[in-house]
Amino acid sequence: MSSIRRVVVTGLGAITPLGNTVPAYWEGLRTGASGAATITRFDPAKFKTRFACEVKGYEADNFFDRKEHRKMDLFTQFAVVAADEAIADSGLLESGVDKDRVGVIWGSGIGGLKSLQEECFQFERGDGTPRYSPFFIPRMIADSSSGNISIKNGFRGPNFVTTSACASSNDAIIAAFNNIRLGLSDAMVTGGSEAAITESGVGGFNALKAMSERNDDPASASRPYDKDRDGFVLGEGAGALVLEEYEHAKARGAKMYAELIGGGMSSDAYHITAPDPSGSGVVLVMKNALRDAGITTADVDYINTHGTSTPLGDGAEIKAIEQVFGEHAAKLNISSTKSMTGHLLGGAGGIEAVACLLAMQNSLVPPTINLNTPDPEINQALNFTPNVAQAREVRVAMSNTFGFGGHNTSVIFRKL
Amino acid sequence: MSEIAEKVKAIIIDKLGVEASEVTPEASFTNDLGADSLDTVELIMEFEKEFNVSIPDDQAENIGTVGQAISYLEEHAK
Repeated sequence: MSSIRRVVVTGLGAITPLGNTVPAYWEGLRTGASGAATITRFDPAKFKTRFACEVKGYEADNFFDRKEHRKMDLFTQFAVVAADEAIADSGLLESGVDKDRVGVIWGSGIGGLKSLQEECFQFERGDGTPRYSPFFIPRMIADSSSGNISIKNGFRGPNFVTTSACASSNDAIIAAFNNIRLGLSDAMVTGGSEAAITESGVGGFNALKAMSERNDDPASASRPYDKDRDGFVLGEGAGALVLEEYEHAKARGAKMYAELIGGGMSSDAYHITAPDPSGSGVVLVMKNALRDAGITTADVDYINTHGTSTPLGDGAEIKAIEQVFGEHAAKLNISSTKSMTGHLLGGAGGIEAVACLLAMQNSLVPPTINLNTPDPEINQALNFTPNVAQAREVRVAMSNTFGFGGHNTSVIFRKL
Repeated sequence: MSEIAEKVKAIIIDKLGVEASEVTPEASFTNDLGADSLDTVELIMEFEKEFNVSIPDDQAENIGTVGQAISYLEEHAK
């Protein structure tokens, strides 16, 4: 095993409910826009929740041959589109990189839900004769995302997908980080994507009583830390990063957004969907990430929280932040960008890592929108960056994501 | 061109994303029209669905060109 090596971020990509490129995404984040609107992907009339944060104006034909995109579920198309933007941004291909030393570790919590649903509906409507498409399985399996990214770019290094529900992207980022640190690769494409705004996705999350039902005002439905929050808003899209070994990036004169200095993982070991109200798993994950990064709590400027706008989860995470950060908690900027993007599930950590890096680059912390009536149960002495972005030099940013199953993840970036 | 031939051609254009001018009777799905093994399976399934026939695997293996597909279906379509 090689000695521990430093890892930097050299490329960013995003396709989100706020915009379909990194600059468009940042414009939405910076201005406090909401990506929520009535669902267009299917007729939601009979569903409890009839809105979501959809990616808008996306035409697969603009990115793929028709023959090519028919073989990819939407979550894979989003993965390839965001990865392409990040790879182009990094300049990796033009630098003549050794593609045997470049891998892809991608996150997806669910995989090709639409493809699964369509094929099952079709079978059910038929006479019992199986007429499954030969592309059904390749479209559905979660790892078709990382597989297609590697096929398109010829990256022959390690390649797999992490699945840990809404923590999937961060788990992918940490796995990619470790891969480079341990000398197994020189660069990795990572991040995550999801496209679960389907009948079964919305119906399933409604049954869990996890989603907001504020149908009369979708844009204000995702309201983390607000007293009137009533659940998360389903989002879709992808966030991508190119991670690269520091000396490798330096040698080719690459632009470096930041150094990825730490990753933490933990498990609640409590309940399959409910967060542990004590927040002990979340305390543990942030401590693990800080220890891995070799920094103290006072070094952190900004936390992009998991903050999904559910009654239970938001408070537990904030209590954990207070416990870990002590007095420094009140000096942090905290925001949940899910107030704007909705919750991308397995893709959340990808776009939120991108948000942290853009906050760092622009010295501007994106807000938590719809924070109009602060929840008295949540310590409002903390700075949730309410409603309007705040100027701040962000030297160190932490991004938390937690998933059903009790998976907790936290990653930390530092300005170079 | 027969109605069957027209439909076969339309399916091939749609599934393989090729131009109508490429879909000649001699054109091979794999050698000329860019199909891989999964594309070929999908084409056969589409023919089965469109023409309400069941094409056994051993006969599907002999359908490698546009012309072969048209002749098979002209003979077997219900």
